[in-house]
Amino acid sequence: MSIFVDESTRVVVHGLTGGQARFHGLRNRDYGTKVVAGVNPAKGGQDVEGIPIFATAAEARVATGADASFVAVPAKVAPASVIEAALAGMRVVVCITEGIPAQDEARLYSELRHNYPATRLIGPNCPGVISPGRCNIGITAGEIALAGGPVGIVSRSGTLTYQALYELKQMGIGVTTCVGIGGDPVPGTSFVDCLAAFEGDPETLAIMLIGEIGGSEEENAAEFIASRVSKPVVAYVAGVTAPPGRRMGHAGAIISGGRGTAQAKMEALVAAGARVAGNPTEAGEMMAEVVRGLKACL
Amino acid sequence: MDLFEYQGKEYLARFGVPIPPGGVADTPDEAAEKAESLGYPVAVKAQVQVGGRGKAGGIRLASDTSEVFAHAEAILGMTIGGHTVRRLWVERALSIAREYYASFTLDRTAKAHLAIVSARGGVDIEEVAASDPGAIARLYIDPLVGFNDTTGLQLAAQAGLETDHVHVSAVLARLYRCFTQGDADLVEVNPLALSTAGAVFALDAKVTLDDNAAFRHPEWVEFGRPVGLDDRELRARELGLQYVGLDGSVGIIANGAGLAMSTCDVVNQVGGKPANFLDIGGGANAEVMAASLEVINSDASVRSIFVNIFGGITRCEEVANGIVAAIDRVGMKVPLVIRLDGTNAREGREIVKRVESEMVISSPSMMGAARLAVELAGGGR
Repeated sequence: MSIFVDESTRVVVHGLTGGQARFHGLRNRDYGTKVVAGVNPAKGGQDVEGIPIFATAAEARVATGADASFVAVPAKVAPASVIEAALAGMRVVVCITEGIPAQDEARLYSELRHNYPATRLIGPNCPGVISPGRCNIGITAGEIALAGGPVGIVSRSGTLTYQALYELKQMGIGVTTCVGIGGDPVPGTSFVDCLAAFEGDPETLAIMLIGEIGGSEEENAAEFIASRVSKPVVAYVAGVTAPPGRRMGHAGAIISGGRGTAQAKMEALVAAGARVAGNPTEAGEMMAEVVRGLKACL
Repeated sequence: MDLFEYQGKEYLARFGVPIPPGGVADTPDEAAEKAESLGYPVAVKAQVQVGGRGKAGGIRLASDTSEVFAHAEAILGMTIGGHTVRRLWVERALSIAREYYASFTLDRTAKAHLAIVSARGGVDIEEVAASDPGAIARLYIDPLVGFNDTTGLQLAAQAGLETDHVHVSAVLARLYRCFTQGDADLVEVNPLALSTAGAVFALDAKVTLDDNAAFRHPEWVEFGRPVGLDDRELRARELGLQYVGLDGSVGIIANGAGLAMSTCDVVNQVGGKPANFLDIGGGANAEVMAASLEVINSDASVRSIFVNIFGGITRCEEVANGIVAAIDRVGMKVPLVIRLDGTNAREGREIVKRVESEMVISSPSMMGAARLAVELAGGGR
């Protein structure tokens, strides 16, 4: 099994007719993802390399049975695309768009929660979600991940996630699902949402969590791990040397008013019983050790 | 982007928040001229983006022209918390009965707007929160619902404001409108003053604008370039790089914000100090790499450079070609340690091998490369 997406997930790509959406949408299809439709209000009826284009996500859903949306359109229009996908009844919406204004993102989060509680938004400003060998929605290079589990990964950072996938693959360790929740202040899907899903997934036996400075996602995750997660968790938090008050690349990576430091997050995770690594390499090694332990028990 | 007090007040005023009459001055003569037109008494206020201006003597009252001139002369050029005062805000000093506190921000944990109002303004609100938490009213506002008629009344009552609640509620509603429609990350007014005449107005303003929303606020250009950036950061900004200057000696270039932060951390972990954070993003082509090397190469405190690239969709051989082309264009002053891993790392390392020398060294692992870069920078110095 996997979480959020699997081999039955049918994906519609918003803006498949051009730009980033076309590039990544076609890559996802090449990986084996069921990319069944594209959306472009001005190009309904056309096709992109055999993938039919519809004017709206709702039409695409009716015609193709799509249940997931991939949104890679510019920041000005991305929130509207996410709502369009939710309105069409999509179960999962992956939004990789960077640079959405915080006020728009806060309203978007609230609107989804109130009016479309059945829709899960992953992102914005994230690499997407991949269940290796089954489904890849987003910008992760599928070939760097090994399918099959037993590790589930959840992360706020793109490149560090790729590195984790790659290092695990080098050691012959597979991944059930890898979720990039994104580097923005108000992510649609939280660490806790992913931890809960991994805890309930029988194929996931260990969880890797990659956090960074800013906000309280890691602290919330620690609280949840302490009370609700029975599976071993290996965590890494980036930004120990980040100065306060400065945005470190991601809109959400900022220590403000002394809160959101890497030290505080690591302490919370250690107190919750997670194994906390000092660097990404160590995180990979720790996970390898955990997986060896799991295999020894089987 | 953080605004100066005078910019913040002008921004608040656009949304109907009352502010005392005032104007900016860059010289004592200008300050005196402004004061004459405003009428006395006036407050002469240093414009720096740092707290503790009052205690540092950066805010002074004047009751005639000669006092304004003397205060302006004393404050201009003064250094407050590392910031040099280059501009003054001269405003009419009104008679104050009470000082309140009001702020609006996004609470990331609640994923909602957070309003904080207190009857104990004019002092550090964190201290009030610690010593007298009951004096602070906190209210979450659903961004979809917004600020309605009862929100302000509730806040004013809960905070125990001794004024006409309907009146102060209207001002709070305008502050909220500035926060949302004005695309601010933070609107903080401390103090929000109640004059002896019964008017409520913003006596100070701390406004942080959301850079992501700049595309729909062409008027923000008038706020000028952000302050508090050093020369390296300004140069990097011009080149469109995600750069933050730090005070160490190991220059950092990495792809992805998380990896760039992590690279700074591991340099620190093995006994060195990062000179900067620099995320070159996804497509690491020769142009971006050359621009990055140029910025870091021109930093006199840099003793070695650590290029840490993990290829995902970006293939390592493309990055390697970029690095080689960039090295050709930028005369490197300090040794470069390159770690390439991920997609097509072997091909990438082969390309780098062609330019390897005492000054360009390849190292396959992140930790190994970090140790080498720190050693070349002279260790923990």
